[in-house]
Amino acid sequence: MATLELQGIRKSFGTVPVLHGIDLHVAEGEFIVIVGASGCGKSTLLRIVAGLETATEGSVLIGGADVTRLEPKDRDIAMVFQNYALYPHMSVFDNMAYGLRIRGLPRAEIEERVRRTAEMLGLGELLRRKPRELSGGQRQRVAMGRAIVREPKLFLFDEPLSNLDAKLRVQMRAEIKRLQRRLGVTSLYVTHDQVEAMTLGDRLVVMNGGRAEQVATPMEVWREPANIYVAGFIGAPAMNFLHGRLCSEGDAVDLRAGCAIALAAPPAGVKNAEVTVGIRPEHVRICGTGAVGAIPLKVDLVEPLGAESLIHGILPSGEELTVRTNDCSPLAGTTLPIVLPAEHLHLFGEDGRRLRLAHARNAAARVRAGA
Amino acid sequence: MMHGPGVIPRAEAIARAETAAERADTARRRADWLTHAILILGVALFALPIWIVLMGSTHDVATISRGEVPLLPGPYALENYWAAWTEGSARTTRVPVSAMMLNSFVMAMLIAVGKIVISILSAYAVVFFSFPGRMLAFWAIFITLMLPVEVRIFPTFKVVSDLGMINTYAGLIVPLIASATATLLFRQFFLTIPDELVEAAKIDGAGPMRFFKDVVVPLSTTNMAALFVILFVYGWNQYLWPLLITTTGDVETIVIGIVRMIGSEADTDWHLVMATTVLALLPPVAVVILMQRWFVKGLVETEK
Repeated sequence: MATLELQGIRKSFGTVPVLHGIDLHVAEGEFIVIVGASGCGKSTLLRIVAGLETATEGSVLIGGADVTRLEPKDRDIAMVFQNYALYPHMSVFDNMAYGLRIRGLPRAEIEERVRRTAEMLGLGELLRRKPRELSGGQRQRVAMGRAIVREPKLFLFDEPLSNLDAKLRVQMRAEIKRLQRRLGVTSLYVTHDQVEAMTLGDRLVVMNGGRAEQVATPMEVWREPANIYVAGFIGAPAMNFLHGRLCSEGDAVDLRAGCAIALAAPPAGVKNAEVTVGIRPEHVRICGTGAVGAIPLKVDLVEPLGAESLIHGILPSGEELTVRTNDCSPLAGTTLPIVLPAEHLHLFGEDGRRLRLAHARNAAARVRAGA
Repeated sequence: MMHGPGVIPRAEAIARAETAAERADTARRRADWLTHAILILGVALFALPIWIVLMGSTHDVATISRGEVPLLPGPYALENYWAAWTEGSARTTRVPVSAMMLNSFVMAMLIAVGKIVISILSAYAVVFFSFPGRMLAFWAIFITLMLPVEVRIFPTFKVVSDLGMINTYAGLIVPLIASATATLLFRQFFLTIPDELVEAAKIDGAGPMRFFKDVVVPLSTTNMAALFVILFVYGWNQYLWPLLITTTGDVETIVIGIVRMIGSEADTDWHLVMATTVLALLPPVAVVILMQRWFVKGLVETEK
């Protein structure tokens, strides 16, 4: 167990910069998930922590010690790879024991540690098998075991679940979380899957184009995304974005879709400006025709998911809007009146950053009282 | 249901389909016969000379000298093989086949093993390390593929004779031991080893030599076995180089020995030449048959 600190990590491949200065402090035992679309530099960052790549600038500290110039083997880390990278010619036991043997641990201790880890992962029966005789989930488990048995200061996971089928992925996700809690080892987990990120992480690092756009707990990221990128990336289905204009007093927003929504407090220092209004599909309310502030949504497509339905429609302004609801499934082509509750609106300035709203709840109350 | 115009009644349709199937069947059978006939002819073409040698080795010298080509076994098999094995051809070389076989075996073995060791090491260097001149080294190896042994045989002979290695195993083997082909084959195989495996080993703490010994070599065994078969046969069948480098019977190989046994028409012990030829065939055949299992294993194991 140890802390991890990244200070101003920059990386360029030739003249192409891929990381533009990443700072991160990870507390002891914390589970950090680095999430982002492919090509955002998240794997490169993980590989720099592992020592498989060297940072162009900046330093990596594990447990307070600068390891920036150390070889991977001297960093006391363990890594789980996307394709597991098990040694194909070695048995499960040998795969797990290999690192310990190289470290020169006594035979009895290796045996003991491998058996204990295998029991913990339910691999006890499989120790003599070769990787090719295992299923995908079992291989994944062996890869985890190989990391755990080393008792490292830091676990690194590089998209470890993306080669598994959907059902197994959900199962292994829960298992990884349970294991990490139990072992309490500081972990860094890279994924492009936002559900994995939300469910696993104590904190998320949302990356885009080589920058950390937001570092916060999953709920914080969901409730108060720092900018349009994060807002659109986290949450499924993705947040709706509409064009709007903040009025001259700054306490209401005119939607291009044809309605004005009152805000309790003007966002600090912004008035009379173009803004992007974000609202999550689950926060759009369906109302009766003729309700105050109702916008007609022309239903284009309905996707029933069982417990709920996704309604994709087009607003009078031509903008698309998705609604997630569990009490209505209209036919395509009909018109559905909807309301955008003020307390759930996210406002983003022209630079894409979030505009902080004070007392959003009071504003909502006022709108409702007016209605 | 009513039969519309153009609809064939069911029974008739079945009958038609049956005749069509029969016709196709006959055609297929005829094609099978033709295929087999061609294949049998091919086998006969390849096998007949070997059969003649095998039968010739069981007759006495007089039968063959009369110009007969016996196609059935004669009574002198044991005698002929014993004579060849222990004495060789009394009228020409007088070197026993057993000695020549040993020379050939040592040479083929050392060439095969040496080529595998050297080429696996150079391929490892070229694939897994980045050093200045890496591509230059690779291309230098690659270009030697284009030069056949015959082109560089005189400079090579000069070097070997200046080093005093004529009539030695070293002189016989060392110049043949570098192999561009094997290096390339190993390189291609190494390129299929996923980077993550290298990285996993790095994190596990395995240094380059350890990774080579613990991961690369075990993963390459089927490739090594396949190469061993090819290279052993290559080494066994070497003719030109041993012909230049061996002048006495001490290190003479069997392929050279057979040629030297054939003197003038009258002096040649044809029955012994044929027995020796059969004996010379055996080790390469044995290697191919014994290693066949590994070939199959190499083909079946798709996962690396």
